[in-house]
Amino acid sequence: MSGHPGAETAAPPRMPPAGRRGTVIVTTVSSDAHTWNLVYLQLLIQELGYHVVNLGPCVPDDLLVAECGRHAPQMVVVSSVNGHGYQEGLRLVGRLRSEPGLAAVPVVIGGKLGIQGGESERHVADLLDAGFDAVFEERAGGMVSFLNFVASIPRGAARELR
Amino acid sequence: MSFGEFVRRNRERGVLVVQPRMGFSDPRVMRAGLVATRDARATTVGTLTLDSYTRVGDHGSAARALRDGVALNGYPIVAHPPDTTRRMLGGVRSDAFPVQVRHGSPRPLDIFAAMAAAGLGDTEGGPVSYCLPYGRAPLDESVANWRASCRLLLESAVEPHLETFGGCMMGQLCPPSQLVAISALEGLFFRQQGVRSISVSYAQQTNPAQDREAVHALRGLCARLLPDVDWHVVVYTYMGMYPRTAGGALGLLTGAATLALSTGAERLIVKTVAESQRIPTIAENVAALEHAAGVPAGAAPEPAAAAGGEVYQEAYAMVEAVLNCDADVGNALVQAFKRGLLDIPYCVHPDNAGRARSYITADGRLRWADTGSLPLAGGGGAARRGGLTSAEFMSALTYVQNRYDTEAMAARSSAALPYVFPGRII
Ligand code: B12
Repeated sequence: MSGHPGAETAAPPRMPPAGRRGTVIVTTVSSDAHTWNLVYLQLLIQELGYHVVNLGPCVPDDLLVAECGRHAPQMVVVSSVNGHGYQEGLRLVGRLRSEPGLAAVPVVIGGKLGIQGGESERHVADLLDAGFDAVFEERAGGMVSFLNFVASIPRGAARELR
Repeated sequence: MSFGEFVRRNRERGVLVVQPRMGFSDPRVMRAGLVATRDARATTVGTLTLDSYTRVGDHGSAARALRDGVALNGYPIVAHPPDTTRRMLGGVRSDAFPVQVRHGSPRPLDIFAAMAAAGLGDTEGGPVSYCLPYGRAPLDESVANWRASCRLLLESAVEPHLETFGGCMMGQLCPPSQLVAISALEGLFFRQQGVRSISVSYAQQTNPAQDREAVHALRGLCARLLPDVDWHVVVYTYMGMYPRTAGGALGLLTGAATLALSTGAERLIVKTVAESQRIPTIAENVAALEHAAGVPAGAAPEPAAAAGGEVYQEAYAMVEAVLNCDADVGNALVQAFKRGLLDIPYCVHPDNAGRARSYITADGRLRWADTGSLPLAGGGGAARRGGLTSAEFMSALTYVQNRYDTEAMAARSSAALPYVFPGRII
């Protein structure tokens, strides 16, 4: 879709069949309207072999809980860039972890989580303490560590293929 | 003096009005930001950008954050008592320094009520542009809310001013013709609701020549559609992924100012060197205003291109198709989106058809790869089979960022270094 040189020269990625590894929910916090981040993450995670349910902008906590009930996801990926991600992430993950079925699902958050640029170590620690399995800051090779994290989660393949 | 008149008088003096996108939750900081905007070496209008909680109507969370001393990404005009806002503006807002409220809400009635209570009547939005990119509210509900909000605005303010946000939509990758069409249609919607002072927006995209053509097309269309109201054109500095170097960021801002000056646009909204990372400081906002105001006017504004240009023709076809849906512009917009006559690339809102796709040509123009059901003949010929990869998507999103950052790095100055956080908001 782009005339930008990089787009045409990239080698075609070898993709596992879509959805072979189970479902991942991509979502954001309830005040955040940004969606380019969600669409990008959807494409990326699909390329890793997952079926992705993208819940779109401004997702109320209740809706996310309901969608988790419907899809039994392998992982929940929360992306927020509007600067409220830290505050709302704390509330949201508390809510998720209080649901009996969601205590152990891998839940991660990333993006631009505060309004000051870059998260302080304390903010990251708070989010981990509140129940996230990982926090991906935009800086410091966040995307590479995210890919490593995805590779480490249990896959839904065995269950789904049987 | 009204907002519209302030802009018109400066236009007559040949001066471009510049304006920040600025919003802080602490009223003292917000006031300091307005004072600094007013006192900048530029002809300015002040801005109250509202926070995300207020935009989605979650005033409880905004109030809690204020109580806990947690900073928000904008000014929570509903959570602050009207007196707080009046005091914050007291002695700053004046005939010589209008202040506009910028929000982004498909359910804006409580925001309009808070504006009225604080004596504010100049704002921005639109039933489409404050709906599809801003949340989950259905388009028909947003149209009804915007009708009611226009009514409230006309009842509560003396000479209110409304700006369309339709010239921006998702911020990036929407071909200019559709931005022009939606901006003009929202202007027409405001006019049908009885608003008499309007500005129509256009956000800088990927190619300067195409952008100039688009601003002229917008002017041409509005001359026909808005003959009996006071209106002007406002240019937005690039609203997509921003350059990460200070040099790249300033280069793009220079481009936006040049676009405004060369097309005779009356007002420009700036972006700062911190755009790619976080909420900018007051000082960064002032620097952006002064940088933009310092861009030389160059030659006299070029005459509007003949109405035959591609952007004008496409925009005209879209406007015509929409207006043929219904005599009421609000109803027409709802129907048009249902039928895919308007269709925003990469917008995931359920009321958007989602079939139209764009691409960037080798010379940087934004064109249609797939026109879906848009009332346009054929696509750009670049329609492709198979899905888009994440890497291709990212390379389109970062086209502008890369171009300006690369230019800055080629200049081999300190401006090429990634811009670093200077410290505090004030
Ligand atoms: C386009 C845009 C918009 C569009 C969005 C349209 C839409 N529906 O998506 C519009 C114009 C509507 C908009 C509105 C607003 N925006 Co905005 N927007 C941007 C902008 C210019 C580009 C964002 C973008 O397209 N990114 C593309 C995606 C692919 O990249 P990304 O979002 O950066 O995400 C990357 C990483 O963060 C990471 N990532 C993200 N999430 C996750 C999650 C995980 C798990 C991992 C591993 C990685 C990861 O991966 C991505 C790829 O590298 C940015 C500034 C910029 N970056 O230049 C501001 C920006 C994000 N917006 C901002 C703000 C504040 C707002 C508003 C609140 C208005 C305001 N007060 O200024 C409103 C939002 C209202 C709301 N309810 O939330 C701020 C956020 C400030 C902060 N965090 O400190 C920014 C940074 C601008 C600024 N400097 O002020 N915006």
